Parts: sequence; C-alpha cells; structure tokens
Amino acid sequence: MSSVSGAAAPGRGAKTAVKSSMWRQSVRLLLKNKLAIAGLVIVVLMFLACFIGPMFSPYADNKTNMRIMNRAPNLQHWLGTDKLGRDVLTRVLLAGRISLTVGLASMVLSVTLGTLLGALSGFFRGVVDQVIMRVADLLLTIPSLPLLFIFGALLSDWKVPPENRMYIVMLILSLVNWPSMARMIRGQMLSLREREFMQATTVLGLNNKRKLFHHLLPNLIPLIIVIATLNIGGAILSESVLSFFGLGVTAPTPTWGNMIDAANNLIDFQERPWLWMPPGLSIFITVIAINIFGDGLRDVLDPKQKR
Amino acid sequence: MPETENKIPAGSGAAAAANEPQKGPAPAASPEPLLEIEHLKTYFPVKSGLWGRTKAHVKAVDDISLTLRAGETFGLVGESGSGKSTVGRSIVRLTDKTAGEIRYRGQDLYAMPERELRRLRPKIQLIFQDPYSSLNPRVRIGDAIGEAMLQHGLASPDNVREQVLEVLELCGLPRYHIDRFPHEFSGGQRQRVGIARALAMNPDLIIADEPVSALDVSIQAQIINLFRKLQRERGLTYLFISHDLSVVEHLCSRIGVMYLGSMVETAPRAELFGNPLHPYTKALLSAVPVPVPKLKRERIVLQGDIPSPVNPPSGCKFHTRCPLAFDRCKAEVPEFRDMGGEHFVACHLA
Repeated sequence: MSSVSGAAAPGRGAKTAVKSSMWRQSVRLLLKNKLAIAGLVIVVLMFLACFIGPMFSPYADNKTNMRIMNRAPNLQHWLGTDKLGRDVLTRVLLAGRISLTVGLASMVLSVTLGTLLGALSGFFRGVVDQVIMRVADLLLTIPSLPLLFIFGALLSDWKVPPENRMYIVMLILSLVNWPSMARMIRGQMLSLREREFMQATTVLGLNNKRKLFHHLLPNLIPLIIVIATLNIGGAILSESVLSFFGLGVTAPTPTWGNMIDAANNLIDFQERPWLWMPPGLSIFITVIAINIFGDGLRDVLDPKQKR
Repeated sequence: MPETENKIPAGSGAAAAANEPQKGPAPAASPEPLLEIEHLKTYFPVKSGLWGRTKAHVKAVDDISLTLRAGETFGLVGESGSGKSTVGRSIVRLTDKTAGEIRYRGQDLYAMPERELRRLRPKIQLIFQDPYSSLNPRVRIGDAIGEAMLQHGLASPDNVREQVLEVLELCGLPRYHIDRFPHEFSGGQRQRVGIARALAMNPDLIIADEPVSALDVSIQAQIINLFRKLQRERGLTYLFISHDLSVVEHLCSRIGVMYLGSMVETAPRAELFGNPLHPYTKALLSAVPVPVPKLKRERIVLQGDIPSPVNPPSGCKFHTRCPLAFDRCKAEVPEFRDMGGEHFVACHLA
C-alpha cells in the first residue's frame, strides 16, 4: 500500500468538493474586510436609491415650476429646488441613473475590448501583438482628458441628439480606457504562458482554443474583476468631467457632472450650495466607495499586486 | 483491483494505435531504438543593447548523442546548469534545438508540421520537476487529466470520467480526488497527479525532469516505486533526469553523465557505479552519501564552480576543474569512445 502521507481522512472521502473552494475562500476573506464591505454596501445603496428612489418621488416628471425656483431645502423639497424649480433630490437620483449606467456600461465595453485585445496580443504575440500594442500605445500617448474633449467637441459638432449622447459617451469612455486594460491583460498573459502548467498543456498537445479558454482566461478572471471594479469609478469620474464641461451628456438629461455645471456661477456657488453639493457628494461617495471595494477585492483576488 | 488496471492499456491502447503511425506492434523491452538523438545542440541567444542583437550563445546542450531503446530507463545526471533539463525540453520541443536531429521511431520530431506533431505528442510525455507549478490552480485534476484524453480521442465524453478514475487509482490516488483542485493536495500527491496526467496519454516515452527533487525523502521513495510499478505494467521507456545519483542508481538501467552541455560518460548502471572512467563521474560518485558512517572513502572535491556555458573552456570542457588534467586536455576535445560493454567515455586518460 502506498498511501500518501497527509491524505484526507477516510471519512471525508464521500463528500467531494464540487464548488470551487477557491472562490468560497475569497468570499470569506472579503467578508472579513470591513472597509471593503462598507464600500460595497454604499455602492449597492447608491444603485438602489438611483434606480428605485425616483419612483417614489412626486417630482419625477422633471417639470419646471417657475414659482418655486432656487428654494433652499425644505420639507417639500428635501434638497431644495434649482433655477427652474425642479426638485434637486429627484434630479440627483435621476442623474445617478445616467452616471452609474454610463460608468457600468463603459466599464463592460472597455473590459471586454481590453481583455479580448490584450489576450490576443499576449497569446499570439508576433505581428498581432505588434499591431494591437502600437494602437494602444498611440491612444495612451495622448492624455485621456484632451482626447475626451476632442471626442466630446466632435459630438457637439455633429449635432448628435441629446438623448443619444449618453450612448456615445459610453463608447468614447471605453475607447479611451481599453488600452491600459489590454496592456495589463497582455502582461499577465505573457507571464502565464511561461508558467509550467502552460508548458504542460503544450506537451499534452492541447489546441489553442483549449489553452486560451480553459487554462489562461480562468487565471485572468480575478485580475479582470479587480480592474473592472476600479474602472467603474474612473468611468463615472470621466463622465462627470465630460458633462461638467458640457461635452458629455447634456441638458435636459441630468447627470452629476452637468448638474454641477449648471451651478457653475458665483451666486450659485456662494448662496445656493444645495445645487452643487448633492451631485458633488454623490460623485465623491460613489467613486470612493467603489475604489475601497475594488482595493479590498484586489487584496483578496490578486494578492501579488498588493502595493 | 488488478482487473480494472489491466483494462486501461487495452482500452486506451487500441484507440491510440489507430491514432499513431506505428510500424507494427512495439515489443516491450527490445533493442529497437525508440528515440535517437544525434548531435543535438540547443543554444540560447544572449541578447543585449537597444536592438537586442545576439552577442553570444549559452551553449546549454552542446553536441549530445543518445539512443533510447524501448523499455529501458536511461538516467541523465549532472550538476545544475549541465544542460540535462534542456535535453528533455528539446525532445518535447518546449525549447527549440539549434542543430542536430531528434527522431522518435524514425520520425524527425523537428521536421513535422505543427498539426502532426500535436497528434504525436501523447506518445512522449514530460513530467515536471515542480509539482506546485505544473498544475493549473484553476483546473480540477479530473479535467486536467481528462481534457487531453478527449482531445486526442483517447476517451469519449461518456467514459472519460471512468478512465480518469482508473488512471488516478493506478497512480495511487483515491477516486474521490477527481473533483479537487491542485491546492488541496500535498506535494507528493500533486506529483502523482502529474504522473497520472502523463500516463493517461498512454505514452511510450516518459521524460521525467527531476520528478522527485521537490519532494521529501519518504515521498521520493513512494514516487520512485510508482515509476517502477508503471514501467513493469506498461512497458514504459523513461528518460530520467536527476542530479541525485542514489535515485538514479535505484531506478535506471543505463546512465549518462553530463557536464556543461556535453556527455562525458554513458554506461550501464553496474558498470558506471563499479568502474567509472571519467574523472568527473568519479568525483560525483565520491560525493554520494553512504549510510555507513564508519566507511572511510576518498572524497574527490572539485575546485571552483562550473564554468560559464557562454564561453566554455577549450578542449575538454572539464579540464579547468579536473585533478588529472594535462596539456592535451586544453587543446584537444576528447572523443566519445566506446570502451566495450556499452561503456562510452570522453576522456583522454580512459
């Protein structure tokens, strides 16, 4: 009998570990990180508030009412009203829908694009790699803010209808964000493919499809999750910046960025803080919460990257 | 369960035979050459500068010839950096050769297209040194073993699980391990998984690259016994790469000693241990620990380190450290001469 030392106790044998205990372990670790969980809770609350909250608001129709313009917070309007007499609280929540959607959608786009191109680059190397990486380099050499401005200005120039601008802003943001994502995935890919278990797949004669989808991508998923999470915060911020400068989503559709922009004058700034404080704080809290959660995720899923 | 164990070679063997261009049935232990390596050279370029120009070459394997016969166990020994692992990796084309020829059953492994090579791959399997990094942490071991069987048509989706279970059992792993992840295993168990994975391909040749060096001694013995058992049952041919002479002595029928990319001596086990002819082999053998503390032996201690393989010494590569070196060694490369009884040595003094 050649029983291996340290083998599982015979009684445990019947119960096979069907679920990946790796993921379960990660969840357990994450739950221990109070700060990260607080971040997650805030993000979830923010989403719930923005997507469900306006349904309970009597002012959700966004109607203007000149008789109650620029009112300070009171019992009817908890966060006051703006210069067209619209309820600020309702508008902040509605704006949150747009900002969060844009953040989420552009993250999904840029992560998909970045992962795909980065994986192709790192897996096939050679010419494919050169072409993809040079395009990425080109996009990375231009600072992203001016690039966003140029795209935004083009949007205005092409007279894109306001209700469609949101979707184009998503595209623009992901176009700016994918290169860094692709680079990270490519780097990880290059390091993975030199690992012994990947050489083993070569010796076993597995085909590229199997190697890529069954061996490489599963090892990238933790990294992708972490980057994706942190990416949402960045995208929300970029969208706000763009909208603040009037180049992103424009009025009448509210976003956190263009709400602050609407209050961008001395009187509003000095006398009516309820106009710009709520959207500003929303951006601040949401982005900080997402980043804290993302950091916690990174500690759990990608321990090597710990500062 | 001897019955199930016997079923494996029969079942999967039939599928493999259809898959593989083979000249008739291969007899178990015959003098027919299974693998021939002729004048193999594997150099690694040393690049430097902005344009990555090749400045020099690390001559990891420098003109090695070797013939493996079906059913034998050939031990390849040498110190770190002697190029023994590179020989193994060059055979399976993980590292591309620079020159020379490697033939498996007469087919040049480097002359065939990628597709054909992939079909041949199951026949030559590599077992890695480090059982911790050679298994993908995110793939269940059942999948790790089964996926290659499926790809090469050695199993069908209906019976792959059964076949994996059989291989696991053959390698001394309980059946319920099949759905586990590598991190749930100890080093010895992982190495068994690595062996099972190679074995599932129903190979003819297994290249074991220091398969027990990462394990502690009690586990080493178990794994070595497993290697012997599998060879008995499957008629496998091993190329066993190791720096541990006592392990090699236990397992191998023929042994080759490498130094700085060159083969200095090959001989059958008894001959090599009883009558070593090369000064390097002698020095190595004198360093093997013997479990008899009273026994006084003459220990040959080599001076200095192994020279750089980028710029190996002229003549006999060993002359810089050889206690017996004389003028001719510096100038003339010693011929790899047949000393009779399959004993070959590359030394002017032999």
